[in-house]
Amino acid sequence: MKKLIYIFAVFVLVAACSESDDSNDNGVVDNYNRAAMQTNLADNIIIPSLESFKTSLETFSDANSTFVASPDQVNLDNLRAAWLDAYKKWQLVEPFDIGQAEVIGYRNQMNIYPTDVDNIESNIENGNYDLTHDNNNDAVGFPALDYMLYGLADSDTELLNKYQDVKYITYLTDLIEAMSMITEEVLTDWTTNYRSLFVSSTNNTLTSAVNKFINDYIFYFEKGLRANKIGIPAGVFSTNPLSEKAEAIYNGSNSRDLAILALDNAQNIFNGKTSINSEIGEGFYSYLVQLGRTDLATLINTRIDDAREKILLLNQDLKTQVEIDNTKMNEAYDALQLVVVSLKVDMLQAFDVSVDYQDADGD
Amino acid sequence: MNFSFKTYLNKTTDAATLAVFRIGFGVMMCYGIIRFWANDWIDTVYLQPKFHFKYYGFEWVHVLGNYTYLLFLICGLSAIFVAIGYKYRLAIITFFISFTYIELMDKTVYLNHYYFISILSFLMIFLPANAYFSLDNYKSKKAFNTMPKWCVDSIKLLLGIVYFYAGLAKINSDWLFRAQPLKIWLPSKYDLPFIGETVMQQEWFHFAMSWSGMLYDLLIPFFLLYRRTRFVAFLFVIFFHVFTRVLFPIGMFPFVMIVSAIIFFDATIHHKILNKIKSLLGFISAKAKPIQYKQAYTVRYSKLILPIIGLFFAIQLLFPFRYLLYPGELFWTEEGYRLSWRVMLMEKMGNTTFKIVDKNGNSFLVNNSDFLTPLQEKQMSSQPDFILEYAHYLGDHFSSQGHKGVEVYVKSYVALNGRLSQLFVDESVNLYQEKESFKHKDWILPFKDEIKGL
Repeated sequence: MKKLIYIFAVFVLVAACSESDDSNDNGVVDNYNRAAMQTNLADNIIIPSLESFKTSLETFSDANSTFVASPDQVNLDNLRAAWLDAYKKWQLVEPFDIGQAEVIGYRNQMNIYPTDVDNIESNIENGNYDLTHDNNNDAVGFPALDYMLYGLADSDTELLNKYQDVKYITYLTDLIEAMSMITEEVLTDWTTNYRSLFVSSTNNTLTSAVNKFINDYIFYFEKGLRANKIGIPAGVFSTNPLSEKAEAIYNGSNSRDLAILALDNAQNIFNGKTSINSEIGEGFYSYLVQLGRTDLATLINTRIDDAREKILLLNQDLKTQVEIDNTKMNEAYDALQLVVVSLKVDMLQAFDVSVDYQDADGD
Repeated sequence: MNFSFKTYLNKTTDAATLAVFRIGFGVMMCYGIIRFWANDWIDTVYLQPKFHFKYYGFEWVHVLGNYTYLLFLICGLSAIFVAIGYKYRLAIITFFISFTYIELMDKTVYLNHYYFISILSFLMIFLPANAYFSLDNYKSKKAFNTMPKWCVDSIKLLLGIVYFYAGLAKINSDWLFRAQPLKIWLPSKYDLPFIGETVMQQEWFHFAMSWSGMLYDLLIPFFLLYRRTRFVAFLFVIFFHVFTRVLFPIGMFPFVMIVSAIIFFDATIHHKILNKIKSLLGFISAKAKPIQYKQAYTVRYSKLILPIIGLFFAIQLLFPFRYLLYPGELFWTEEGYRLSWRVMLMEKMGNTTFKIVDKNGNSFLVNNSDFLTPLQEKQMSSQPDFILEYAHYLGDHFSSQGHKGVEVYVKSYVALNGRLSQLFVDESVNLYQEKESFKHKDWILPFKDEIKGL
């Protein structure tokens, strides 16, 4: 009898020694239905936003073809409008740095700002460039197009003049084509491959899709929203404000709206609100409620609303706001920071997302 | 009942017990070093970071660059020598010094069980663990069948202290009446087969685990001591530690405790274990030179050693209570929290931002990831001594970069055991001017709730 118990004990010990692996759950329903949350995110938020964005890029590409055929003021205006619309749709897609997007560095090829004007001009001059290369991240995407459509010259007439040079036309077209190509790649991977993994990978491990998404979301809110759009231009991380690091500086009138769209999108993701018909489905909000943390879920929404109020007080061009009254930028930053604290401290604690640092004994 | 301390000191016990403990300890420690090395943690913890958090008074303990690997090698080798009992005294002293030095290099990776190993290896310096079944016996052709009982009892006492104090720490209102932090940790283990989606999500289970965890810690030393309950108690030990190992990323700790608990068993078990080892190492017995077995080992210099051990235990018994000397909530301020067997006791997370202000009034926030690894940032965010040390590091860094009159202000939010996060540090205090000391840190904001307990 004693021997049996010892053997059993050893068996349990050996079983416990084996690290848990990241294999999928085979569709077993969890106590909180994480799979349902992942499904809602993928099918009702991420993929529709990507599809809508892809369509706006197609419109943008068409407008470019018209412009290339006849580079006049009317076509320029249409092209600019298409750029702005695509930029707005992009805001809904920017948080999703997961799957193929992560593999190819999608976000870095779409919206790194400030753009590097010298790099752009030298690319145009030399002609042989690989737009997918890391070195060109600051010479591609929406910020580069911001420069190409608004920043090339001081007046529209002079700008249109620049496009008499075929090199500029080529670069403009190549930029748009590059964005379309990688967007196609990311979207196709979602619909043909990654979606099923995303929906089923719900284990509490370091690399499961559910945990990656939670961490990605928080990272985006902290870096992409709070720091990039507001904090860095306001000079929060530097001794002086850096107004030229704001978004869409050459366009000069839409950066606030872009920030609001991004914030609205972040809130919708949090609440599990679908992009198509605005229905509320499974999301972080419902997950928190299931864990008995309605207090926190409500607080996050309140703090996001507070941040929105502060951002709405800003000039439509954030670069200008920094230059005329940076205090308001700092107040918007502080409001966003409170959201980050709720997400990064309280929400992460509530979810107890697995983080693989080392051994830990709760110290 | 007549108990005379002197009589107790003269009691003897079988020497096999301590021999088995020595072997188990040495083997586990060696495995622990190998595991640490194999996980590449030497690099990620000691070599990669540009900055290391130091223990108060031990700021002179530096990482040794690539020689750190040599330090680990020495530690691992000394553990092997302890296991086989070769030049035991030298080996255990080397192990103690090298292991403790390793731990002193960076406070970030403080673990209660590393502290346990340090003090256990210290205690073992004074114990005759090579009196039986050791290579030293083989070389000197002398071994001992018995030794003073206190040599074995002192280890039992240390183990008992660890468990009992861990149990005492769990007697608090968060643990017992809010089932925190298990209420956060258990539901997140939804991947476990059978229990993950069912029992682990139930509130009654959280309370059951909290209460039974507390009772286990408090009672297990006694059940292990008492002969009738010993075997069942040992099963509980195995179950408890395996279960917590499956639940939490606590590394070697469960195995160290399981193997250590064997010391409570009778001499017959230990002889069986040694015979098993002997049969596994058959070739050694074949070539064995005759060893003369003396009856009883007497500890030399016992007049010196006993008071040292006495002082050692006095410290061990009193030290965990030093938190009483500080105002405020222990879980919040953490003054006196470490080195007290407060194991897996709370869930605390923080977000701590540092603002540098210079003489001209320019200010900026620091990106912590520029200076700290994710693990370091996590540990820093909710522990005041870390925050203070890091504030000084930043102050020094930016001063050396040319900023004049640097001041460092901290905005910190901390969430404890599922409460909404609160402000932790007084933002108006220039931490660069505050000095580390044993005094209370009055720049920690008061905890806006109450946790009752020991």
